[in-house]
Amino acid sequence: MSADRMAAFDLTDVRHRYGARTVLDIAHLRIARGETLGIIGPSGAGKSTMLRLLQGLERPSEGLVQQNGFPLSIPVPLALMRRVTTVFQRPLMLDRSVRDNVAFGLRLRGRRDAEAVEALLDRLGLSHLINAPARHLSGGEIQRVALARAMALDPEVLLLDEPAANLDPANVARVESLIRGAQARGTTIVLVTHNTHEARRLAHKTLLLMEGTVVEVNATATLFESPSDPRTRAFLAGELVY
Amino acid sequence: MVDNILRALGDPALLAVVSLTFRVTGFALLIATALGVPIGALVGLTRFPGRRLITLVLYTGMGLPPVVVGLVVYVLLSRSGPFGSLGWLFTPSAMVAAQTIIAFPLVAALTMSAVDGVDPDLRLQVRALGATRWQTGWTVLREARIGVTAAIVAAFGGIISEVGAVMLVGGNIEGQTRVLTTAIVLSTRQGEFALAMALGLVLLLLALGANAVLLQLQGRSR
Repeated sequence: MSADRMAAFDLTDVRHRYGARTVLDIAHLRIARGETLGIIGPSGAGKSTMLRLLQGLERPSEGLVQQNGFPLSIPVPLALMRRVTTVFQRPLMLDRSVRDNVAFGLRLRGRRDAEAVEALLDRLGLSHLINAPARHLSGGEIQRVALARAMALDPEVLLLDEPAANLDPANVARVESLIRGAQARGTTIVLVTHNTHEARRLAHKTLLLMEGTVVEVNATATLFESPSDPRTRAFLAGELVY
Repeated sequence: MVDNILRALGDPALLAVVSLTFRVTGFALLIATALGVPIGALVGLTRFPGRRLITLVLYTGMGLPPVVVGLVVYVLLSRSGPFGSLGWLFTPSAMVAAQTIIAFPLVAALTMSAVDGVDPDLRLQVRALGATRWQTGWTVLREARIGVTAAIVAAFGGIISEVGAVMLVGGNIEGQTRVLTTAIVLSTRQGEFALAMALGLVLLLLALGANAVLLQLQGRSR
């Protein structure tokens, strides 16, 4: 198999439990390189857990998660860990300035790129806050700083957990423009969202996750316009329109 | 009385006492910090069997009566004790040893709880940004810096003001092992209240000054 055709992720017979509760049960899932996979589904479907497994923060109770053909053992080798970065649903800021938060990942790699940091903050409309203590920002601002912090690394894979939730339309546009930029650079993106419109706008493929299992995964247009599974139809019909 | 206090403050012997107090407490704090911060951070950051026991020991250690520490160090350093050959008894080294033992659990336990208080999700997010284990630990420790500084300040306050241990293992020998607290005890016993008050005033000022410096450092690191 050539490197280009290798998948960013391969999940095989993955089962994940918290105590007696099975939160994820995926027989097989392949996420191709350079693809944007939208993951939709009700709360508690296992979406965030899936991102933690892909990042290598947790090992599945059973089964195999492979990244670029390498099994993710715990602890994940640093080189594999650093190919991927996550923007969490509830991003936490370090008790430092906005600039230092955005530069943090670069600093961990012994790199400095003040211009990239400033450019990212500018694109996200945060330039005026560059020296502000990040902990004092509003929820929406923190969400954007968290995206900038991940984007500064220009990782091979971006895992985004509700990156535009709670943002006003102007800032949703800014965030989506950055995501499109990453897509254009060939970044593999896994986008967890409650917002089906966001998935339609950004994802090449969309996966509906319910109770930890894959109900349907398909090209985004197909999944939304002619879903093959009755549960997908029901979910989409009952879905709140944002 | 005020005149007498002022006169006592100008006494050159006072300088020797102050200088020794600083050296003994400073050394003890340095060693306790060098050991206590990493150990406290390690216990706070990791989960391993026996962690609860270590926590219990550290918390108990925070309440060790200085005079009991002094007694134990005395026995260990006495001529027939296991460390008698060091010849430390009634020297500043013995005082440093005793104060280190008093300060260490304070620094370690308070560092541990400061590190424990950092949101565990932050650690995950730091790792997801590509931090190694060491970088993660260091980042969490930096996030807990206010608590860590408080730990060091608390330990400083605990040892600069204690009298039981330094009295027992130092012996309060003039010009050799006399520190502020033991000098206060002696002056009071001898009825030299002005001198005792002067010494007490200096002790308070030293504690105030050192705490101000630490608070300043804490503020600058923000």
